[in-house]
Amino acid sequence: MNTSRAAAILLAKELRVEFRARELLTATVVFALVVVVLFSFAFEPTAAESRRYGPGLLWIAFLFAGSLMLNPSFAREQANDTLDALRLAPVSGFAILAGKMLANFIFMTLAEIVLVPMFAVFYNLSLAGIVWRLVLVVTLGTAGLVITGTVFSAVSAHARMRELLLPLLLLPVLVPLLIASVQATASLFSLEPEIDGAWVAFLAGFDVVFLTASWLLCDYLLEE
Amino acid sequence: MKTARIAASLGVAALVCASGYAALFIAPDEKTMHEVQRIFYFHVPSWSASFSAFAVVFAANIAYLATRHVRWDLLGVAAAEVGVAICSIGLLTGPFWARPVWGIWWTWDARLTTTFILWLLYISYLILRNLLEDPERKATLSAIVGIFAFLDIPLVYMSNRMFPTQHPKPVYFGDSASGADPRMTHVLLLCMASIFCLMVLVLMDRYRLERLRHEYEELRIEVESRGSGADAALSSKEKK
Repeated sequence: MNTSRAAAILLAKELRVEFRARELLTATVVFALVVVVLFSFAFEPTAAESRRYGPGLLWIAFLFAGSLMLNPSFAREQANDTLDALRLAPVSGFAILAGKMLANFIFMTLAEIVLVPMFAVFYNLSLAGIVWRLVLVVTLGTAGLVITGTVFSAVSAHARMRELLLPLLLLPVLVPLLIASVQATASLFSLEPEIDGAWVAFLAGFDVVFLTASWLLCDYLLEE
Repeated sequence: MKTARIAASLGVAALVCASGYAALFIAPDEKTMHEVQRIFYFHVPSWSASFSAFAVVFAANIAYLATRHVRWDLLGVAAAEVGVAICSIGLLTGPFWARPVWGIWWTWDARLTTTFILWLLYISYLILRNLLEDPERKATLSAIVGIFAFLDIPLVYMSNRMFPTQHPKPVYFGDSASGADPRMTHVLLLCMASIFCLMVLVLMDRYRLERLRHEYEELRIEVESRGSGADAALSSKEKK
């Protein structure tokens, strides 16, 4: 079986598991919403202030939500030792990892589709005219978050205190991603919105570097 | 072997004392910053030594995944610990210089931020190792995290470089117009050599300790398995 077909089957399995219970997605959206609401008490959400702080708050909320949401991705497989069954399947290691990455990407994107409009309403920012450019930036940023996060979720699943360990490992690695996403989003929320090509290219570079690294290291990551 | 270790320790101790003396008394006074500038003779070398240690971690991580020999894993953890320790020296000496000269303790400049994130990354690498039980899994997974951490460093630096900076540009090793007294460069080179040798010495010692710990752990497991085997044999005899 080729890798893309195997990854698609795994993706379908992940989606089926999630949409039977829908617990992960609901909890993620509500958690990110709580973070956004808490920020509105910590900062004055007038439009001028929001233009300065808004992109940072938005991405911090995404990163926090993501680092919590990615934890069950592999930890969930441990309850019934289902990862062993996945390993036995005649598919490449990267197919397993890619299936999970795609599933996490979809969950994260769904959460963001709910969050971004609410954020714009709460912080009085206009999305008119920048939607597609914002989609590009958010997609690239989310991809980087999900690629590194899924790998680290496979690492932390074997450790003690894994709920705490995953953010601890993941957030420092995501520093460049946070900077680039915030800068790119800030230039979209400014008074004269424009897409910042350098930061977008940087985000794409981040995704490529870590996707390549995951592809090279996935067999070590998933071995017994 | 033991005499060689003692001789190496004494040699490095003498080198560190000599570089301390040179930094405090031989290096000329700096025109605007005066005495506080002397902290550079330890601040700059701590960066190069800790970065070398982190490069050793990266190489050891790759070597472990390629060969699966446990010694690379032990070298990795030893180098990460030594790197974090020396990196802490750089992070502590920097603010002590910055406060009188810049008027602030800290600024989010590319070099400062990168070093700080580097320090955090390797501390989380060490924490991860403490939280994984199975030795082989610990070695493999921490090697993967170590490789990811090292790949992240250039990205952290690049992403921070786009902001304006207060950190001075490299003066030593610049062209002859950089204005540094040649004596300053010589003292700095001496300090770099001594901190580097100190790093290598501590690293080798830490590696030896880690290897002894590993051997002890293996022996303990063997004794325990034999012990429980003997217990099982005894209890089965008693039943008969």
